[in-house]
Amino acid sequence: MPLLEIKNMTQRFGGLQAVSDFNISIEEGQLLALIGPNGAGKTTVFNLTSGFYQPTEGTIFFDGKPTAGLKPHQVTAMGIARTFQNIRLWHDMTVLDNIRISQHYRMGYNIFDAFLRTKRYREQERSIDNTAWEMLEAMSLKEYAYERPKNLPYGLQRRVEIARAMSIRPKLLLLDEPAAGLNSADVEGLIKLIRWIHTEFDITIWMIEHQMKVVMSLCEHIKVIDFGSTIADGTPEEIQANPVVIKAYLGDDTI
Amino acid sequence: MQKHTFTIALFLSCLGLVGLAQYNWLDQYILTVIMFMGINIILSSSLNIINGYMGEFACGHAGFMCVGAYVSSVLSVAIFAKDKVFGAPMLPPDLAWIGFPAIILAGALVAALTGLIVALPSFKTRGDYLAIITIAANYMVISAIENMDIIGGPRGFQGMKRVINSMYDVADIPWMLIWIIIGTLFSIFLIRRFVTSTYGKGIIAISQDEVAAEIMSINTNKMKISAFMLSAGLAGLAGGLFAHVYGYVNPQSFSIMKSTECMVMVYLGGMGSLSGSVLSAIIFTVLIEALRFIIPEVDSLMHSIGILPDSYEISQVWKWVIIPMILFFLMQFRPEGIFGNRELPDSFPKLRKFYSFK
Repeated sequence: MPLLEIKNMTQRFGGLQAVSDFNISIEEGQLLALIGPNGAGKTTVFNLTSGFYQPTEGTIFFDGKPTAGLKPHQVTAMGIARTFQNIRLWHDMTVLDNIRISQHYRMGYNIFDAFLRTKRYREQERSIDNTAWEMLEAMSLKEYAYERPKNLPYGLQRRVEIARAMSIRPKLLLLDEPAAGLNSADVEGLIKLIRWIHTEFDITIWMIEHQMKVVMSLCEHIKVIDFGSTIADGTPEEIQANPVVIKAYLGDDTI
Repeated sequence: MQKHTFTIALFLSCLGLVGLAQYNWLDQYILTVIMFMGINIILSSSLNIINGYMGEFACGHAGFMCVGAYVSSVLSVAIFAKDKVFGAPMLPPDLAWIGFPAIILAGALVAALTGLIVALPSFKTRGDYLAIITIAANYMVISAIENMDIIGGPRGFQGMKRVINSMYDVADIPWMLIWIIIGTLFSIFLIRRFVTSTYGKGIIAISQDEVAAEIMSINTNKMKISAFMLSAGLAGLAGGLFAHVYGYVNPQSFSIMKSTECMVMVYLGGMGSLSGSVLSAIIFTVLIEALRFIIPEVDSLMHSIGILPDSYEISQVWKWVIIPMILFFLMQFRPEGIFGNRELPDSFPKLRKFYSFK
């Protein structure tokens, strides 16, 4: 059974067909990429997968269960975490709090436990704390625990955002242009980080990326979309040689 | 031991206050000011949950206060006092001092439910649009009560003094002061525990990036309901206490003007700072009372040096020129308020040694 299966997904915004007839089947443990020129509908596919939009047509199955009608926080609780193209951390609280608060999906206590500081509350908070510190340790962010993300360099903010997504212990991690805005040294670090996360946490990663260096060195499978439709599907080598892809990116030279 | 210094000092000063009131060492006027200080602390810190921590702009806080004030007043008069409308007391008035906290909490509960008027639209509406809804909620409450003739309508409702007096018949201690101290400490306690828990910090995440909050597994709708109900409930608690201090309530005393006072206190203290809210409520109450004396002084001074013609007098209304002016200069020179989103020990780290509550 595939981990994520999207069948005939179509999304229309008024008259605009942002995604049309999108199909994908992701097996557990895969590391694959979704690429395409600007405005091709890549982020829309991610927004649909994470429950932010409901598809106009088609179905999404995660772990064998349909995600239709679920709110984004419920989809996340099922095990899909994501990062954003433009970093969306909570910039005015500490890195530690950023990770702690993302544990809401397993919040085993309610508001009255918080008022009364019951045993359940104390146990949960302790376990949340432990998870957060473990994650900071694993992602070598421990020394920044009490920093505010807005004061960190861009590359580190990316790392914090990935750590925050990972603290949900997802089965599937969606990375929306993780290398955007990074310099070449940071990109090297990011490639290592993603490869390390993929093996260390044994999760499935699906990413959108523009930088071919990242995609070609990490992904075993690439899907290319343009104007909402799938135009190619294959290994990095096949994609690089595919004339349709080259045409989509570079344009047609016959005027 | 040192860790508890703050808590012990707090309790001792509350006890001292009650003692001073008991032996009439405090002027009745000063006592009233202190009681209003407590009520204002509850109001500003509860509004801070929404306007500070959650980053919304709620400007109908007095509406919820009104619900709490009316519900608890009607209950206490109906249960513990002889009244033209409600007839003989349901329970012996001697028991009023036991039933009073339950009555105040009932008012708070109804106010919390009224908070849903704002909480439910807040799922889809944010910012300016939600602000308009909060103003509408404020007016809805006031107008609804003005149209209920059985509880006095626009004439207001009274009779709570009889309930308070029956408490004094049981024991001659400063009852209202005690209830207000308990109410204030209770509110601060709840808010502090709420905003320091990982659960409650969800609302801070919502204020900083709601999309990220929803994606990172926070049930934003549930958090909004919690925050609005807690805020409205505590405003209702403040309203109940307010009604019993005055012994009289009138829908117009919970107008948009009162809501504005609450907002001035929040922005003066700093959004998202509990100690800021407490401090600004104290400063604000003292300031309003001080102006009551300063304005006539300024008036006579100006007349004696001949700046003002004899026909013109500086009236108390000038208070409402001076107080908004504070807000004006605050926004120009220190828009984050006295404390910003920091707490007292963040600004004075040495204080950490003296307290340990969480």
